[in-house]
Amino acid sequence: MGTPVIPGAPARPAAHRGRAALTRAGFLIPALVLLGLLVVYPIGYTAWRSLFDADGTSFVGLDNYAEMFTDGATYTALRNNVVWVVVAPSVITVLGLVFAVLTERVRWGTAFKTIMFMPMAISFLAAGVIFTLVYDHAPEKGVLNAVATGVHDTWEAPSPYPGARPRENGPLKASGGGAVAPGKAGEAALLPLVAVSPETQKELRDAAPAAPEPGALTGTVWVDFAPGGAGETGRIDPGEKGMKDVRVEAVVGGKVIASATTGPDGTFRLAGVSGDAEIRLPAENFAPRYGGVDWLGPGLVTPSIIGAYVWMWAGFAMVLIGAGLAAIDRDVLEAARTDGASEFQVFRKITVPMLAPVLIVVVVTLVINVMKIFDLVYVLAPGPVQQDASVLALQMYVRSFGGSDSDQGLGSAIAIVLFLLVLPAMVFNIRRFRRENT
Amino acid sequence: MRTPRFVGVTLIAGLVLSATAACGGDDGVEDTASADLKGVTLEVAGPWSAGGGEQANFQKVLDGFAAKTGAKVNFTSNGDTLITVLSSKIPGGGQPDVAMMPNQGAINDFAKKGWLKPLSADAQKATGDNFAAIWKTLGTVDGTQYAVYFKAANKSTVWYRPKAFEDAGVQPPATWADWVKGAQTIADSGVAPLSIAGADGWTLTDWFENVYLSQAGPENYDKLAKHEIPWTDDTVKAALKTLAELWGKKEFINGGQQGALATDFPTSVVNAFKDPAKAAMVYEGDFVSGVIGENTDAKVGTDALFFPFPAVGSASPVVSGGDAAVILKDSEGAQELVEYLASPEAAELWAANGGMVSPNKNLDLGVYPDDIQRSIAKSVIDAGDNVRFDMSDLAPASFGGTKGAGEWKILQDFLKNPADVDGAAEALEKAAAKAYE
Repeated sequence: MGTPVIPGAPARPAAHRGRAALTRAGFLIPALVLLGLLVVYPIGYTAWRSLFDADGTSFVGLDNYAEMFTDGATYTALRNNVVWVVVAPSVITVLGLVFAVLTERVRWGTAFKTIMFMPMAISFLAAGVIFTLVYDHAPEKGVLNAVATGVHDTWEAPSPYPGARPRENGPLKASGGGAVAPGKAGEAALLPLVAVSPETQKELRDAAPAAPEPGALTGTVWVDFAPGGAGETGRIDPGEKGMKDVRVEAVVGGKVIASATTGPDGTFRLAGVSGDAEIRLPAENFAPRYGGVDWLGPGLVTPSIIGAYVWMWAGFAMVLIGAGLAAIDRDVLEAARTDGASEFQVFRKITVPMLAPVLIVVVVTLVINVMKIFDLVYVLAPGPVQQDASVLALQMYVRSFGGSDSDQGLGSAIAIVLFLLVLPAMVFNIRRFRRENT
Repeated sequence: MRTPRFVGVTLIAGLVLSATAACGGDDGVEDTASADLKGVTLEVAGPWSAGGGEQANFQKVLDGFAAKTGAKVNFTSNGDTLITVLSSKIPGGGQPDVAMMPNQGAINDFAKKGWLKPLSADAQKATGDNFAAIWKTLGTVDGTQYAVYFKAANKSTVWYRPKAFEDAGVQPPATWADWVKGAQTIADSGVAPLSIAGADGWTLTDWFENVYLSQAGPENYDKLAKHEIPWTDDTVKAALKTLAELWGKKEFINGGQQGALATDFPTSVVNAFKDPAKAAMVYEGDFVSGVIGENTDAKVGTDALFFPFPAVGSASPVVSGGDAAVILKDSEGAQELVEYLASPEAAELWAANGGMVSPNKNLDLGVYPDDIQRSIAKSVIDAGDNVRFDMSDLAPASFGGTKGAGEWKILQDFLKNPADVDGAAEALEKAAAKAYE
């Protein structure tokens, strides 16, 4: 990339020089024309275009650059790019290093390497589609949330009636996610709730009033909403369902003195209560269902996409580092081991320093790639959080071609800044190549 | 299923006959439109693609013109990129003769750039004869008529699941108060009454526009659309307060406000109509029926019905959008084609096949293939001059049409916190002032 470099030719006899120069030019011109047409001209034109407004008619100087750095969306993109450049290459290199060192020692290393390398064969677009499914919020679709909700529900059983709440104007009052009502021993309490989904109601039996019992608090917890909206508030009408498995507590002076669980018809009996007591239906009965982690929400979207990128590129780092590893002189390692160095010391003090050149190549290559990341973000980030996940390349595309207020001047300015950011890494790489070749 | 299709076919057959009859009949009345255009080829570009059958239906309309005049008409579909494609083609002179513009803002923009050709007197007369005056006004920029609305969208329809209404024992509401009351009953029945696509800001602006149009009236609506009154006006605050009656209750919205903000438009429709349905109603325009057909097993007409957006003030609002024909090149036949598109016979060719609402008041409502489409069309026609165009489409894109900015973003924030009416109004005014300057 960049301007082609003509290596300094060694001195030749004068007679040859003219012909040699011609030959050289003959070989170079086709490449120069192609490079000029496809690389130099577009870069030059982009730089020129970035100095004009959206229509491309009036010269605005550096206004586009000023707008770019004051515009919130572009700032987010820039910040995300920094996160990408810092996190992705380092994580991938570390993982690649670990995998490379470990696979050297296991028998099925080749199989492992093959599997690890396979994602490299998948296009970014396809990987993006795969990971939209992995990260899907609905546990029935997204594998990660299926695991998250599965684990969560194992530790903490899901509530029987998520979202149910007291009937308005009834004796029950909402309180801290649960509900409370006054109660009195020897009387049967009626505790009407609403907002139980029709599917859940199908599995419930008809509610029945509880029989009053001296020395105990009895009552019924039921869905006070007959299908079709018929029925009277606060009365057990025909067809209204009792709510089973609801935990009920009797509270006196802030202390739970008795607790029970409702039966199939919604009735409960709190024994050993005398006089007045508060009946409490704790919040655990109505807690909303645990929905898993919002992987592609505004907060986690960039780490999630980086995760997908790591999945794709860890194999690449592993193979390169593995090749470097194979080239290391085993005698040095053996010598260290003989001198009593532990395996970890060997890894840290000998393997890693000797691999340093390879590691640098891997990191720099990844940095260049990561700076230009576009496809994964474009495919993976859902519309509403696209801006939260945006990176410079995506921002450039959106600003240049995204709909009615596209502005190719601004888009060009972003492209130029992106180019300038990638440039140092490029120069570094080219220099290194040249140093190695000489 | 069989009967309507049969009716449709007969209708088309009848139509072709009547078209031919008109052609052979008195030439004096329809002088230009039936002019002989043999050997003329016209290029037409539009947003309709083959996917939903829209392209084929519009092709039938163009074929009708071809049969009538002998001209050859080629249609190119540019999908969502139409405006972008035209914007790059016009400066180079490679534009089509006629374009079907999907966006009023773009028409204004193109007209100001001098890219549109004024319509002939005949085409203007046809618009005046066949449409309520409001449609002619919409096609007029700075006193010159450039566009004829061919296809309208009715953005004042609330789609609901009859089963959910039945379970809760509520009827489709006619007034806002009834709607709020019904929503409470549905919530009590254990189903979230509303599915709101908070992730797509444009659905929220449509909500606001309907409430505002009905509550503050068309005059204020026009003023606000032009930013002649500030967004801190009392009418705006009143509309936001009204909105908060539905948006403010967590149990009214599937997933609560937070859940709504993570729901995009197609998902909001799926949530209301795909088994197991999570919500009872979803508000958006007539195109919801298409989304239902594509993504769910629900049948529009039995499992999914609509009611007009309930009246907040004296009358139900009709917020509309639409596709309009404009002339990009002064070629022979272009004016005649646009004039033809303003006629009821052109509208009928598509309307009879379904999937289109015509703003043409002289189109017989009987041609629509089912009751749903007929009543959608009827409310557009009945609203007459009280139809208003989607305000956010008329506003500068940075205010009314940009993801994560302007009206979209502020209404999303308002959905998150519907108590903050004043804060929302101030934020809207601040963004509008910047965008309209």
